[in-house]
Amino acid sequence: MVHSLTDVVHKPPGPAVLERVSKHYGSVKALEDVSLEVRAGEVLALLGPNGAGKTTAVSLMLGLMRPGSGRVTLFGQDPGSPRARQRAGAMLQLSGVPQTLRVRELIDLFRSYYPAPLPLERVVEAAQLEGILHRLYGQLSGGQKQRVHFALAVCGDPDVLFLDEPTVGMDVESRRSFWSQVRSLARAGKTVLLTTHYLEEADALADRVVVLNQGRVTAEGTPAEIKARTAGRQIRAVTRLSPDLVRRLPGVTSVQAKGTALQVLAVRAEPVVAELLRLDPGLSDLEVTGAGLEEAFLALTTPAEKEAVR
Amino acid sequence: MNTLRIFALEAKYEFLKSWRLPIYSLSTLAFPLMFYAIFGLSFGNQNAGPVNTATYMLATYGAFGTIGAALFGFGVGVAVERGQGWMRLKRASPMPPLAYFFAKIALALLFGALIVLGMTLLGTLAGKVSLEPLTWLRLFGVLLLGVFPFCALGLFFGYVLGPNSAPGVLNLVYLPMAFASGLWVPLEALPKALQSVAPFLPPYHYAQLALRTLGAGRGENPWLHALALVGFTLAFLALALWAYRRDEGKTYG
Repeated sequence: MVHSLTDVVHKPPGPAVLERVSKHYGSVKALEDVSLEVRAGEVLALLGPNGAGKTTAVSLMLGLMRPGSGRVTLFGQDPGSPRARQRAGAMLQLSGVPQTLRVRELIDLFRSYYPAPLPLERVVEAAQLEGILHRLYGQLSGGQKQRVHFALAVCGDPDVLFLDEPTVGMDVESRRSFWSQVRSLARAGKTVLLTTHYLEEADALADRVVVLNQGRVTAEGTPAEIKARTAGRQIRAVTRLSPDLVRRLPGVTSVQAKGTALQVLAVRAEPVVAELLRLDPGLSDLEVTGAGLEEAFLALTTPAEKEAVR
Repeated sequence: MNTLRIFALEAKYEFLKSWRLPIYSLSTLAFPLMFYAIFGLSFGNQNAGPVNTATYMLATYGAFGTIGAALFGFGVGVAVERGQGWMRLKRASPMPPLAYFFAKIALALLFGALIVLGMTLLGTLAGKVSLEPLTWLRLFGVLLLGVFPFCALGLFFGYVLGPNSAPGVLNLVYLPMAFASGLWVPLEALPKALQSVAPFLPPYHYAQLALRTLGAGRGENPWLHALALVGFTLAFLALALWAYRRDEGKTYG
């Protein structure tokens, strides 16, 4: 967020910037007029459901594809330029590695791409690769493979790290341990862009969250701000009122029909419950609970048309 | 960071990666040698033009082997690395893109050289091949220099085929193309219709240049063969570029 004009004038652009970028694949609008800046030294979480455009945003910043329109820069340069890339490391979704190379060989290869890579021992330490350096990649477990991918991202000691859905498929324990690795990167002053579809993960790691849905930025702020915007109450009741009518009540953020019941998310429960009872005295099975993180996140990203299915 | 070192490491690991994959190293190296042992050596006493069959087939089966190494090294290699996402990770890295292709060319040349050396040993020890060192060197040089069109063809297939379909489809291209170009049996022994198709296939020109170093072959103008090979290389590279661009937009989310 821009606080004053001087910020605009004097602040150098962040390590990675999307300026009014659109990218379509045929009729699929992966990104639509998205502006996004990854600022130096921050951990930025790009939060959104599958298909929101997160991977496209990362691919553009890494120069893996060109934007349909708009401008993309990495350290102020074209993301394809070797100089810019020497300051970036990436952990990409679904990135496999040749099965028949050893962990040590893979790291040796990737270290050679960078002007001042981390010493091997530091990479081993950072990615917890003790004891598996001589193993072939194909013989590793899923968690170990993920650690190798992390090692390939950090071994060049880059200034900015792109982590695309790094914890997908990890168990709870590996996820926690991965989080602590990301935190130590942040402490070391690295800039991190992390994509995730877990609000919990964004909350645990990020300084700032950008919510992406259907190719557009739908919210932006600190994790606390995002949570505050989504925090609220979930009201459930069997009622004859139509979802459309309930949706228009003040304080209601979303309405979903669940069988004969309506599930309503609201900032505060009391005024909404009072209004519901006034409009439908025959209302039954009333239930009020705190909205969980996932419900809150859904409320942020669920498009209107999805709610209107009924 | 040192660019030369990156190129060297890429080539080194490209080799280790393939060498440790028996299905690749065995089929690329062993099949052409086996074919040469069966077809080239068992008819070794007959003459094929000015040289004996074992010598003639050193050129044609040598071409068959080097084409395979180039076609499969690029075709299967690129298809698999695209499929597994290794290519994407490397493209996002600061690796100079040329290093990737250099490594694959180096591997095709190395495997090609091993094949031709192996066949020469077989032919000399177990057959009637006896070549002047200089003649052999010229054959060896032509066989190695001529692999580029097949590298480019493999590159194209690597971008259009999936990792699982690549070996099968490539064999469907490779084997008939080799046969119709006179790499298995001399062209003169093929039906007339096939003989007229051969000049439209790149292995024909490649094999004719190789045969020429032995004083065999059809005796056509070598520059025309060379020109045809350059033309095929450019055409395949253009196709590969098209396929690469088509592939670019496929991953999204």
